[in-house]
Parts: sequence; structure tokens; C-alpha cells
Amino acid sequence: MKVLVPIKRVIDYNVKVRVKADNSNVDLANVKMAINPFCEIAVEEAVRLKEAGIATEVIAVSVGDKSCQEQLRTALALGADRAIQIETDEKLDALNIAKLLQKIVDEEQPQLVILGKQSIDSDNNQTGQMLAALTGMAQGTFASEVKVEGDKVNVTREVDSGLQTIALNLPAIVTTDLRLNEPRYASLPNIMKAKRKPLVVMPAADFGIDLSPRSKLIKVTPPATRKAGIIVDSVDTLIEKLKNEAKVIS
Amino acid sequence: MSILVFAEHDNSTLKADTLKTVAAAQAIGGDIHILVAGSDCQSVAQEAAKVNGVSKVIVADSPAYEHQLAENISLLVTELAADYEHILATALTTGKNFMPRVAALLDVAQISDIIAVESSDTFVRPIYAGNAIATVQSLDSKKVITVRPTGFDPVATDGSAEVVAIDSVTDAGISSHVSDQLSVSERPDLGAASIVISGGRGMQNGDNFKLLEGIADKLGAAIGASRAAVDAGFVPNDMQVGQTGKIVAPDLYIAVGISGAIQHLAGMKDSKIIVAINKDAEAPIFQVADYGIVGDLFDVLPELEGKL
Repeated sequence: MKVLVPIKRVIDYNVKVRVKADNSNVDLANVKMAINPFCEIAVEEAVRLKEAGIATEVIAVSVGDKSCQEQLRTALALGADRAIQIETDEKLDALNIAKLLQKIVDEEQPQLVILGKQSIDSDNNQTGQMLAALTGMAQGTFASEVKVEGDKVNVTREVDSGLQTIALNLPAIVTTDLRLNEPRYASLPNIMKAKRKPLVVMPAADFGIDLSPRSKLIKVTPPATRKAGIIVDSVDTLIEKLKNEAKVIS
Repeated sequence: MSILVFAEHDNSTLKADTLKTVAAAQAIGGDIHILVAGSDCQSVAQEAAKVNGVSKVIVADSPAYEHQLAENISLLVTELAADYEHILATALTTGKNFMPRVAALLDVAQISDIIAVESSDTFVRPIYAGNAIATVQSLDSKKVITVRPTGFDPVATDGSAEVVAIDSVTDAGISSHVSDQLSVSERPDLGAASIVISGGRGMQNGDNFKLLEGIADKLGAAIGASRAAVDAGFVPNDMQVGQTGKIVAPDLYIAVGISGAIQHLAGMKDSKIIVAINKDAEAPIFQVADYGIVGDLFDVLPELEGKL
């Protein structure tokens, strides 16, 4: 079976983002970018399914300008077989991304689509669920275990109260949580090999979808800052401060 | 203008965070209805009827909704959506799971995780792990919104709304529940506790989390963890506080052996008082802490437990 893995190029998770002085957005000029960590876990899971003989082909897809080819090459180096870039210079809403991905699903007919549960930039946590709705597929979000069994996939999900296991008819959508796997590092030979793997560019404008924005960013401001407090020299002082100054314990 | 609020519950009790989502609905303004979708969930409906500012509780009671499967719940909510301009759910695992599905079925965007309401179409939400705060205007006629509980104060529960049962059953038939493996804890729920004590990589292993338990018991606190501690396998993921874990804002947050990565700060920096215990005086956690102790947690924790 084919596995489709949509991925996103985002700010590197170690970088602390800054807000532009005019409050129009965050400043991403000259900032280190990377594959979204949850998307990397998605690629790893798909590659493991292939190594286990369950998946036959892993296709990575990303929506963005030319620069996201860098992350698609990363996915190829991690073991994806081929890549598709849906080219656009616009920053699209999750719904429009899901609509573009739906077309790829229609064309490629994957049995499983694995996505990251959220991107660490917009923190929306939407695309996988929206793609599931548009394609009429079942969804297993926040997955910590994925087991394909016959025409079903069992997904163990990280929920607020612990773990929940559900069974989904295939084809299905899975979104990854942290503990699903630990992604491998791409080896140098695989990075070299990835450069020769197929990467197809498809302009978003050719998809025949109305991609007009669904929301407007009014402003972006820095969060309220906490001022640093004091270092206390002993546990006794700490307890005294918590009782009498902060009044949060009695 | 009417607002539909989806109730978070476990078929027996209404989750208190729903009261905060109702507060967000009040900030938007309009006639507020609560949807209780579950199985054998009449007691939840009775509780929901007491929530202030709510005029109607809609109960959809069916085995199809017992486990809040996104495929079934989203069809139900979409079916009801015609009567509402705003649809709100709490940004917890259930709401996060099914709401984007509702939005896509309605062909509208979703505004996730709002922490404030500017107007009926404009909302405030954190992005980049809370390192930036975005004000976003929805351009859709219908607004599908998830509400971050730490952003709103709960409404009171001395109201009396009418309870209406609907017999619509939407079963997509493409997913089924297999099993639950729930964490059993005598301690308060992480999201609801007024005191939280969390351990990080500095705890060194899962066994050492016992050092936090004695303190948690004395303070009536919940126990949390950083992503590093979860990644290292010390504790389960449902204890994770951070950007992609739980967002908490207790009166007192005690961070033990946690360096203070931005992803962790995203989950706790709205706490009223923050205490940091770390042996590295340069750890970034001290920049947000009200009180810090620079010291070895293996010395500090037993002393703290003894003196509380």
C-alpha cells in the first residue's frame, strides 16, 4: 500500500522567534528553518511501515515556495521514495492546504496518510482532521502506536486522561504525537541518494481550488513578559515566601 | 445570533473547563446552547443545565457518541450547525480531535486555541509556542473555534436551562473504539489543579518522580513533566506540560530539574507564581520564576517535603 506524508517547513524548534517591530508578523528573515518535528515523526513512521513490508511506497508532499524542497529532500533522505511540491508563495489557511492535499489523495489513492499533529509555528492542529473530513476517511489523531491489520489500522492515541485505542477502516488518516517513534538521522549516502530521487513540482494555481484566505492576521505582538524573580538561599525562605508573600500555600 | 458550545465530559460528569468555554461564548455575546453528546449522559445534561448564561441544553444520547469518535461527533455537530453562527469547543483532546473536521465539513476555517475575544469575528491566540500573540479576524460567515481553558475564568453554575433531547444518530461507521488505558491517579487533574509540581530531565529516571509525590500529596498538587522527561521515558505523555502537551496556569507551579525550553514555558508561563529548583544557575527557567533555588534537587526535595 501507498503511504502519503504531507510535511511542513517551519522555524527550527531551537530558535526563539521574534515579533517584527511593526507588529505585522514574526520575523523569519535569516532564521534557521527545518522540517516540522511532528512531520519528521510522520516520515519515520511511514518509512518503518515500508521496512516492515506493509507499505510499498512512501510519498512526501509539501505546500509552499521553492524553499520547502529542502525539507522534501530531507524526507527523501530519511527514506521516502518520491516527493511532490505544491508550489505557492502564499501562506495558506489549513483548510486550503487540506483541499490541495485532497487532490493529491484523489490522484495517488494512498491507503494511509500520516501527518504531524500540529506545526510548531501556527500551532493550529487542524490539517490532518480537515483532510480526513474532505476525503471522508476515518482519523487517528495524536498517535503513539500504529498497527496495520488487514483492512483496518489500530491507532493508540494520546488523550488527556491516558491512552485510547481505536480501529479505523482503511484508507485512513493518522496524525503523530511525540512518542510514536524516534526519527533516525539521515546518513550521508542517503542524503546523496535523495538528490536523485524524483521531486515533482505542481503549481497550486493549477488545482482549480479557490485559495482565497479565510482569515486575516490583524496584528502579532510579543507575549507579556514575566519579570525574573529572586533566588532564595534556603528551603525555609522559600516556604516563608510562598506562605506570606505569594500566599499560594498555607 | 446563537452560539453552540460543545460540552467536554466522560458520560457522567461535565468537565469544569466547559465553564470556561461558556465564558468565551459570553464574551462573544449571543444566545448560548450547550450540546451534550454521549451515551447514558443524562447526569451531564443536568449539570450543563445549571451553567450560567446558557438557555438550552441539547442532548444527543446514543452509543454512537459514547467514545466521542470524531467521525460521528463531527457529523452531529455539522447537522446542528445551520442554527448557529459560532461553534465552540474546549481545546482539549476531544475538541482538538473533532472540531477541524466540523470546520472542513462546513467549508470554513477554524480558529484554534483562542485566549481572548476581541469581537464576534476577531480573536486572540498564541502562535510559535506562545512566543507571539496573534490577533486574527475570521472572514467566514460561520466561526468554528476552540478555546484554551487557561484564557478564561469559569462561569458560575446556578442557572437553569431547558433540556432538549434530540434523537438524531450520526454513525459514520468507519471507526470504532477498541480500548482505553486511563491513568489512575488520586491526585487532582493537571489542567484543573491549583498547584502543579513538574519534573524534567534533571529527575534522571522515572523512579525519582516519587520525590515529587510526597510534596504533591502535602500540597494537594498535580504532578506534571517536561517533554524531555516524557521523551526520556521517565513518565507517560499525559503528564506532559508544554506547547504540544497540556497548557496549565495554576496558582503555584513548581518546576524541578527543568531547564526551561521555550516549548515547556509555552505550557506554564501563565501560572500565577512559578518556583524553579535547578542546580544550573544559568537555566532559562530562572528568568520566568518568581522564586528560585539553585541547588541539587535530590537535596532540596526531601528537605522541602519535610518542612511543608
